[in-house]
Amino acid sequence: MNFKKQLKEGLLTNNPVLSQLLGMCSTMAITTTLFNGLGMGLSVTIILICSNVVISALRKIIPDKIRIAAYIVVIAGFVTMVDLLLKAYVPALSDSLGVFIPLIVVNCIILGRAEAFASKNGVLASAVDGLTQGIGYTAALVVMCIIREFLGSGTFGKGVLGADGVRILPADYPALLVILPVGGFLTLGCLIALTQWINRKLAEKEREKEAVK
Amino acid sequence: MSTFVALFTISLNAILAENFILVKFLGICPFMGVSKKTDTAFGMGLAVIFVMGLASAATWAVNEFLLVRLNLEYMQTVVFILVIAALVQFVEMFLQKALPALYQALGIYLPLITTNCAVLGVALLNIQNGYTFIESVIYGVTGGVGFTLAIVLFSSVRERLEDCDCPKAFKGFPLALIAAGLLALSFLGFSGFKVFG
Repeated sequence: MNFKKQLKEGLLTNNPVLSQLLGMCSTMAITTTLFNGLGMGLSVTIILICSNVVISALRKIIPDKIRIAAYIVVIAGFVTMVDLLLKAYVPALSDSLGVFIPLIVVNCIILGRAEAFASKNGVLASAVDGLTQGIGYTAALVVMCIIREFLGSGTFGKGVLGADGVRILPADYPALLVILPVGGFLTLGCLIALTQWINRKLAEKEREKEAVK
Repeated sequence: MSTFVALFTISLNAILAENFILVKFLGICPFMGVSKKTDTAFGMGLAVIFVMGLASAATWAVNEFLLVRLNLEYMQTVVFILVIAALVQFVEMFLQKALPALYQALGIYLPLITTNCAVLGVALLNIQNGYTFIESVIYGVTGGVGFTLAIVLFSSVRERLEDCDCPKAFKGFPLALIAAGLLALSFLGFSGFKVFG
């Protein structure tokens, strides 16, 4: 089991948001504060691990024809659990994420991993895949949140480090536009461009290495 | 009269001020995936209007007459996604038999719609906003109209992006996102837009 390689894939070369371009609705919609991003990232990671494990354990029982429906029911079950747990224990997060918690059901990342990985691999490997992909998703969200929160409200860690976070820019400077929907599109566009650039550089380096050999 | 005003406000909001794609971020996947050509975008838009209207009606009825009566509201997410999946399948079979011409036009988009978050989103928002049956259906249909408006506008922008000169890293997807951002910026102009005080 090469955890390191899977982690690198999840974070960079095969990042669910930045490379596979999945699950963009939630990525753009909720990344206005660090609190939202971390909460959403952790919820998705937990659901992803659980659904990957269950689907991988049941992969020989589920008939091929109705597999997508079966996956969706498994995922919806876990999403409902997380939704109820958040409502009970972290109502503030549940309020600010709103409809996007139940919408994790149709988040393409989870169904995508079920179809592409969990349905073909063992339980342990699927759990690790869920964890690394979840970390990749959370990392993408956190980066988006930090950028948008810094430019849009001039703070860092709103909700995580105290209710208002740490103020970096004076209150008059921030561009409100960045935490509006427009900012979501622009920030994600730039981040994806950056990832593509890094991935191309990495690929070039590998090729050079092989050429030297 | 007042119901008419309420319905009108709901529709206008769903199409412009709270556009499902550009303001609420629901349904980004098909928005990015099927917007390379204007006619496919239009086809997808029509399919979404159709399914969102039907899904609003079906989920409202299921929630009101089944889940609320049995105190099972916490099952909403699971039940709604199943209702939507079954509905889409049913619509597909019905169109194939009854209206083959329409099926030819919409057929390939229908399976994609099951996992479109705009459809599940509209079902959940209807319940959250406490809409009546008529309001729900109107919200669903006009939400779909807003989706179509955004995707058709965007596809005509995107056709031009294909052969523009830009940095290599921005080619393709990132540039499309930036263009979508500019489109969202123009829709921002409708926010806080009220017709009747």
